[in-house]
Amino acid sequence: MMASLAPPSNPSRNLVTNPRTKAPFQIAKTHPISDLLLPFRSIHTQLKLSTGTTSEKRLTTAQAVSERVEEGTTMAQGGENVKLLGAWASPFVIRTRIALNLKGVDYEFLEEVFGVKSELLLESNPVYKKIPVLIHDGKPVCESMIIVQYIDEVWATKAPAILPADPYDRALHRFWAYYVDDKLFPSVSAISRAQTEEAKAEAMEQVFAGLKLLEEAFQKCSKGKGFFGGDTIGYVDIALGCILAWLKATENMTGIKFFDEAKTPLLAQWVERFCANDAVRGVMPETDKMVEFAKMLQAKFKAAASAK
Amino acid sequence: MGEELKLFGVWGSPFSRRVELALRLKGIPYDYMEEDLSNKSPSLLKYNPIHKKIPVLLHGGKPVVESLVILEYIEETWEGNHAILPKDPYERAMARFWARFLDDKCMPAMWMSCWTEGDAQQNFMKESKENLSILEGELKGKKFFGGNAIGLVDIAALFIAHWAGVLQEVAGISLVNEEKHPILFKWIEEFISSDIVVECLPARERLLAFFQAKKETMLATKAPAQ
Repeated sequence: MMASLAPPSNPSRNLVTNPRTKAPFQIAKTHPISDLLLPFRSIHTQLKLSTGTTSEKRLTTAQAVSERVEEGTTMAQGGENVKLLGAWASPFVIRTRIALNLKGVDYEFLEEVFGVKSELLLESNPVYKKIPVLIHDGKPVCESMIIVQYIDEVWATKAPAILPADPYDRALHRFWAYYVDDKLFPSVSAISRAQTEEAKAEAMEQVFAGLKLLEEAFQKCSKGKGFFGGDTIGYVDIALGCILAWLKATENMTGIKFFDEAKTPLLAQWVERFCANDAVRGVMPETDKMVEFAKMLQAKFKAAASAK
Repeated sequence: MGEELKLFGVWGSPFSRRVELALRLKGIPYDYMEEDLSNKSPSLLKYNPIHKKIPVLLHGGKPVVESLVILEYIEETWEGNHAILPKDPYERAMARFWARFLDDKCMPAMWMSCWTEGDAQQNFMKESKENLSILEGELKGKKFFGGNAIGLVDIAALFIAHWAGVLQEVAGISLVNEEKHPILFKWIEEFISSDIVVECLPARERLLAFFQAKKETMLATKAPAQ
């Protein structure tokens, strides 16, 4: 079953401006996915998964969160034509959804499906051709953590603040987000890509070393509170937390325990707290769905590797 | 802001020069510590234990690392003079996007173009030229990437304005040239005509000699053809 959104009754609501020609163009009913997860960038396969439940969940979460927002404030924040191009399984997309949910921003989720990149995606992100892309009043913003900062700045009057106020704390958060992207996530990918037990063990060591550093970072950033962002979910929580469904699936499939109470007690508790949060629950994929997805990708990866 | 401000850098690094440029544009005085990367100082290892790299900005004893993180820190801490980021959130997102594009795509491809050979080099050169054309598209109609004044993206693109020319010469290839990238070429001229920028750049001859020596070492250590 392909994910699709029924076209709204007013078709003009669905028009997005082509950023180059400024002409409006129609969004297709169904949207092929491009890259999903960092580890499996090279795989392009038709993926038929039921994602309808996730879309409905998204609406429920966003609606529930936006109910807490004063009426009229949302509209006052500039147009409020917010669309997100993404895919349910992508941790990078999950980051942006968490940020939108935190701010109580209503948005239209345009699900890309594995295989062919949609025209909208190619037009909105011609440089990288990747999801997520946030399209706000027709203008596209790309790269997940840049989108998160954008959301934080546009909806700055809406609590919570995603980045802290103090410039030094902001620098710390940005540093750790870069660390997650440049060091930690590639180590996680390396586990899945490892062809030998030795390679796998080495990749795992790197991940554990990274998590140990993040445990120290948590101590420093949280200042005794429940999140890297303090009392509420912040920039680093989002940067790191998006991968948790993937990690849980990996734990399920391999028996590896990433978040050991003995080794990284603060992070172990943070994981549960983060996943239970209102802004996260509806967009964090269920473990069994991720396992199914991961197994499919692994099979494809193996087939591709042995075909060479 | 009477607190101590120290920058750990390397004379030839475009990354530490970026930070110097931002500080100078804002008129912020700082102490500079030249690092020897073959013999890293205890201070560097103390202030950047994870990456052990320059630049490191030490402000009131607290270290900030990663050049783009440092640039944003400088912007937020010394808001008054010479803003390097626009006020509008969308424009800020664009600036951040292009700065990352420079670091993740442009610079690696250009760097690799200069140090590889054969098919690999051809591929990197092709990628570089495409990236430069993309950048040109972003620059069209503007004096600088930042508009009328030097901004974050211009600072991040310092490598293209100065190092690229030197490396091209050492490698004997052409990446940025006036014919193929007229707009970018004009930007380079405009950019390096600024006194503040010129003060921040390492002497061309010194950079040339450094990379030529590096190339000779590389060629000398290559196994002779069978």
